[in-house]
Amino acid sequence: MRVIEVLEPGLLTTVQDLGREGYGPLGVSPSGAADAVSLRTGNRLLGNAEGEAGLEMTLLGGTFAFPEGAVLALAGSDLGPTLEGKPVEMWTPFEAKSKQVLRFGPTRSGARCYLCVRGGIEVQFFLDSASTHILSGLGGHKGRALKKGDVLTIGLANRNEQKITGKNACSTGGAGTVCKRRLSARTLKELQPRKVLRVTPGPQSDWFSEAAKKIFQESTYRVAEESNRMGIRLQGATIPAPAGGEMISEGVSLGAVQVPEGGQPIILFVEQQTTGGYPKIANVISADFHSLGQLRPRDEIRFEQVDWDTARALLREQEKLLASGDLIWE
Amino acid sequence: METSGSLGTRFQYSSDQSLLVYFDEQVEQKKTGGAGALPLQSRITLRANENVRRLLRLLELEPVPGVRNLHPAYCSLLIKFDAIGMRHQELEAILRKYLERLEEVRLPEPRHVEIPVCYGGEFGPDLAGVCARRGITQARAIELHASVEYVVYFLGFVPGFAYLGELPEELVMPRLAAPRKRVPAGSVGIAGNQTGVYPFATPGGWRLIGRSPLKMFRADSDRLSLLSIGDRVRFTPTSRERFAALESP
Repeated sequence: MRVIEVLEPGLLTTVQDLGREGYGPLGVSPSGAADAVSLRTGNRLLGNAEGEAGLEMTLLGGTFAFPEGAVLALAGSDLGPTLEGKPVEMWTPFEAKSKQVLRFGPTRSGARCYLCVRGGIEVQFFLDSASTHILSGLGGHKGRALKKGDVLTIGLANRNEQKITGKNACSTGGAGTVCKRRLSARTLKELQPRKVLRVTPGPQSDWFSEAAKKIFQESTYRVAEESNRMGIRLQGATIPAPAGGEMISEGVSLGAVQVPEGGQPIILFVEQQTTGGYPKIANVISADFHSLGQLRPRDEIRFEQVDWDTARALLREQEKLLASGDLIWE
Repeated sequence: METSGSLGTRFQYSSDQSLLVYFDEQVEQKKTGGAGALPLQSRITLRANENVRRLLRLLELEPVPGVRNLHPAYCSLLIKFDAIGMRHQELEAILRKYLERLEEVRLPEPRHVEIPVCYGGEFGPDLAGVCARRGITQARAIELHASVEYVVYFLGFVPGFAYLGELPEELVMPRLAAPRKRVPAGSVGIAGNQTGVYPFATPGGWRLIGRSPLKMFRADSDRLSLLSIGDRVRFTPTSRERFAALESP
């Protein structure tokens, strides 16, 4: 049985996959990778099914040992990875040999890096998913962020391996083989996290005055320190509350931009509450969700309104790119 | 984008992958002094909530391909769908057919659940304040809270958090001006005309009047959540000794 030993957990490292969808009636939000595009890409580089569980590291990475070795790939932000002191390239598979130590530091780009391992990380599923839901202590590894001394089981390679043919195929199979797969420069550019987030109108957009909407659309907002996987809190120009009065709690969407009484918006994120009672002025489009996962405290962002057809076209384009053979080349 | 529907329903795009269905819409006609349009407000009624539960049940019994998640609330249902395979308008057309059949949906017989609560003291740090605001004794407040059979309107916020209504009029008051950073699991709170039990230690702005020893959400049980949408709930005052006995796993 191959394992990962946690020598240092880093600031906040959790087991994440693509989340648990379908449990809204129980009040359970999907959770899952904050930057799902990076997790999916990391898994594809390894030949894993794209929804295999990996480790999500936040701002400051951890230190890990692999007593029986492992084939790994790093996707997302650059946390200065080194293997036995030598820099490791992102976005391409590499092998950690028996007892080698993989070390990460503080981020050099965005908020999160995914450590993906061939075979995925095995934890007991909670409601069809390996994802950790930190607030409720459910899922993932014991329902919590990793601690020093934790030992994680690596899944069996080939179990859910994607059949990759043609130029992306490996010459030989087996857990020890490292394919020279690499993300194409075009893909990396296209999937670059954005600081101008595209939004569609929120369900209560009409409640806000024209002046309020103008402030929202034209202002630069700063990501607050208290932001987390539940919500990204923003600081900047105050958005006047709608005059309509209190609203009744209703289901809320991932990426909803809600405006509480203080007028400082909050973007609901992967571990979001499933219902809420603040009016929502806008909603980040699905194609930009992965960009939310890479926002760091003090980052500055803006919003750009797009229409429904554009939002859908951008998502289709992104999915097409992620599914294409050009994503990865040898 | 917005259309008025049959049966007092209204559709509203929520995001590029979700659609809200509102029931029993009440259009507020008051003028708002140029600050925004006239808000379309719904009103909490048991009938509206029953329609939410009917639509939820129908969608659970006869799932629509491409629908990924459902978030019921007081008088609305948020439906999350696969935005690649489906457009809002397509989902809306399917839902209209479902809505035409709501009358024939039979809701399950409600379960009756009793929840023991140890009121006041350190378990209910806001009980004294609630009584002071209302000029009633703690005994009267407890009696009031335990006198009603509540309906579980929906589960939301965090796993297993049941929104219960309606609170007796004398206990209705706004939530705390500054929410607590951490409310202990099992805390029983009141806010507006609602009451509920916090399943996990979370931030929270409801006024805390007691605590229940019951686990509201258990990953190791088949039901997962002690309460389900549509259940009927009664709170029973419990002594500290009994609380301790019930709390042991």
